[in-house]
Amino acid sequence: MSAKVFVTGVGIISSIGLNNEETASALQESRSGIGRMTVLETLYKDEIPVAEVKATNKELKEISEVTNKDPFSRTTLLGIIAARQALSQTDIKDIKEFRTGLISATTVGGMDRSERFYKEYIKNNSRGRLRDIITHDCADSTERIADTFGIKDYVSTISTACSSSANSILVGSRMIENGILDRVLVGGVDALTLFTLNGFNSLMILDRTGCKPFDEERNGLTLGEGAGFLMIESEHAIRQTGKTPLCEIKGYGNACDAFHQTASSPEGDGAFLSMQKALAKAGITPDVIDYINAHGTGTKNNDLSEGKAILKLWQGSVPPFSSTKSFTGHTLGAAGAIEAIFCVMALKHQWIYPNLNFRHQMTDLGFSPVTHFQHDIPLRNVMSNSFGFGGNNTSLIFSRC
Amino acid sequence: MEAFINGMSAISPQITFTCEKLLQEVMEYDKVRYLKCIEPQYKEFIDAMASRRMSRIIKMGVTSALKCLYDAGIKNPDVIIAGTGLGCIEDTEKFLNIMYTNEEKLLNPTNFIQSTHNTVASTIALMLNCHNYNNTYVHRGFSFESALLDGLMFLQEGSANTVLVGGLDELTTNSFIITDRLHFWKKTSINNLNLLDYKTKGSLAGEGAAFFALNSQKTERSIAKIISLNTFYKPEGFSEIEEKISTFIQKNAGDADKIDLILMGMNGDLFMDKIYYHLKNSLFNHIPCAYFKHLCGEYDTSSSFALYLASSILKEHNVPVVVRLDNKPINEIRNILIYNHLRNVNHSLILLSSC
Repeated sequence: MSAKVFVTGVGIISSIGLNNEETASALQESRSGIGRMTVLETLYKDEIPVAEVKATNKELKEISEVTNKDPFSRTTLLGIIAARQALSQTDIKDIKEFRTGLISATTVGGMDRSERFYKEYIKNNSRGRLRDIITHDCADSTERIADTFGIKDYVSTISTACSSSANSILVGSRMIENGILDRVLVGGVDALTLFTLNGFNSLMILDRTGCKPFDEERNGLTLGEGAGFLMIESEHAIRQTGKTPLCEIKGYGNACDAFHQTASSPEGDGAFLSMQKALAKAGITPDVIDYINAHGTGTKNNDLSEGKAILKLWQGSVPPFSSTKSFTGHTLGAAGAIEAIFCVMALKHQWIYPNLNFRHQMTDLGFSPVTHFQHDIPLRNVMSNSFGFGGNNTSLIFSRC
Repeated sequence: MEAFINGMSAISPQITFTCEKLLQEVMEYDKVRYLKCIEPQYKEFIDAMASRRMSRIIKMGVTSALKCLYDAGIKNPDVIIAGTGLGCIEDTEKFLNIMYTNEEKLLNPTNFIQSTHNTVASTIALMLNCHNYNNTYVHRGFSFESALLDGLMFLQEGSANTVLVGGLDELTTNSFIITDRLHFWKKTSINNLNLLDYKTKGSLAGEGAAFFALNSQKTERSIAKIISLNTFYKPEGFSEIEEKISTFIQKNAGDADKIDLILMGMNGDLFMDKIYYHLKNSLFNHIPCAYFKHLCGEYDTSSSFALYLASSILKEHNVPVVVRLDNKPINEIRNILIYNHLRNVNHSLILLSSC
């Protein structure tokens, strides 16, 4: 299909910044958001570092500009804040001007409120505030975001673990290509919760000193939270409004590792396939990819598997790559979108981000990530990888217009 | 956006998984507040060891998917997509419970691993060793519709030949208690077959898993043909709903007279059903109408059961009496429109025809 898909606005909130500007500064200054927990109340408060958005729910509500008394999960508030920025950057006057949809993504939805409910509920099933459970399901945050901005033409939510929002970008792009929508707000959101913290902790893959992606001594991931949304538009919509797009979504690939429910295959078969599919869709060869924003969680398994897949695809000439999870932590359902936005910003500003906390070359890989912030790098095409539990792997390619 | 259904399988509160003929025997449940699935023997499909670790939704989902593929003669689909409103809630509840009971200490990760919403779609891929496109939608009454739309897009793009798409949700003790506190269900026990007679608030809870093998080509296995699908979100009122449905019919069927049966999502809730009765007496005045939630109960992906039912009707050229809402004569059944909504928020239309 020949229809093009463009990015015209982005919005981001994470541990490194409450908005696009703060995020850009943190990236330029190599400032990580990983640190001690201040918002989440858990047994592991002093033991496990996280990449928290440094604002209470009350503060987030103020920033989000929502005024009604509806129950808003932390997830929803983060989502509204990011979505509002994306819409504002796109400068949309009337949301009804084009057929506009919202495809969001999340792994645990409103779990931050559900666990409050559950704590009471398990003592006695007539207890627990109902206001805390009606925001539970994944669609709740999506619908509240849609309602906040009056998006009605298509509303949906995707959940494929850590690749969730990469898939929302992929599906949104295809809906434009298929002529179903003109504009789609795509992205994802997840808040830190006890559920995910304890879940990943039970898998023993949380690094006690903060994640060190692609380092020989890496010892797990660091959980983060945040939201990222991108406004994507058809060529037709752009022509009509005369807007200058930030970049083009040129390729995408979704493949399943089909190896294990949580582990990646040793040779990164699924990762190789999703990258290969994205290249094929973009109609480009690996050598014109100028930067890879890797999935790079910092677990022993992922980084080796992803590294091997990259090596197999690029043979001897691996392009500059880094994992920005060393800045934001692993934001799960938001990760694909947040990292896609980093790619959009990289193309726009000609930046390449460092992979923080990298000290030791991996013995099984003959290459290492970028370790210092680089500017004035003319980038043509950049790739973003997102790989999830269940082997749900997705790669996206963003290109200069 | 057309597709042939070349295989399908449903696990539901009715005898759908093993039956030769649709609703040959109708399951009547007396004095109930929810319907649960009649579960098949899983051992033919899932290794006993693996089965023991799986929650009901995983077993039901994987089994109906595998049976569907088998019936369609597909070994390795180009696309696997699942839709589920609440996903693997049994595992989610178990992990939350143990997390609080053990005060965050010494937790077994199994429930956490299996709690992720993509567990079923990815387990199907794992069992088939299928490396192709794999996705999971989790949006209330749009979960199955989003999955179906994604699948139809693949066939339209020509980027896939065989698509596996399914809708599934499980009801657990806790999810029933919680949604009951939210007044989703009737407060008294009822007979499922009399669901529409009570005229009170609330519905009958349900669950199910239904999978479909779609193909752009008609084969000798083809059961029915999906003509089009549309969703609309939070319509302003009856007139907007009528307008959306009229436009959909005009665009895809040309004329309302072409539709031989309307399958509606009445769930017994006095308020939620108002729109269906309104349409029955206006837009659908001359068309035979039917309903299905007395057979499967209300749940986020119940439209997947409706699609199974409608496809079976088209295949067998017979409308079971138990689903009829009127006595209007039906001569030949060629086109069926499914109209469903979940809590007046997520509305969907699926038009299908005989092959």
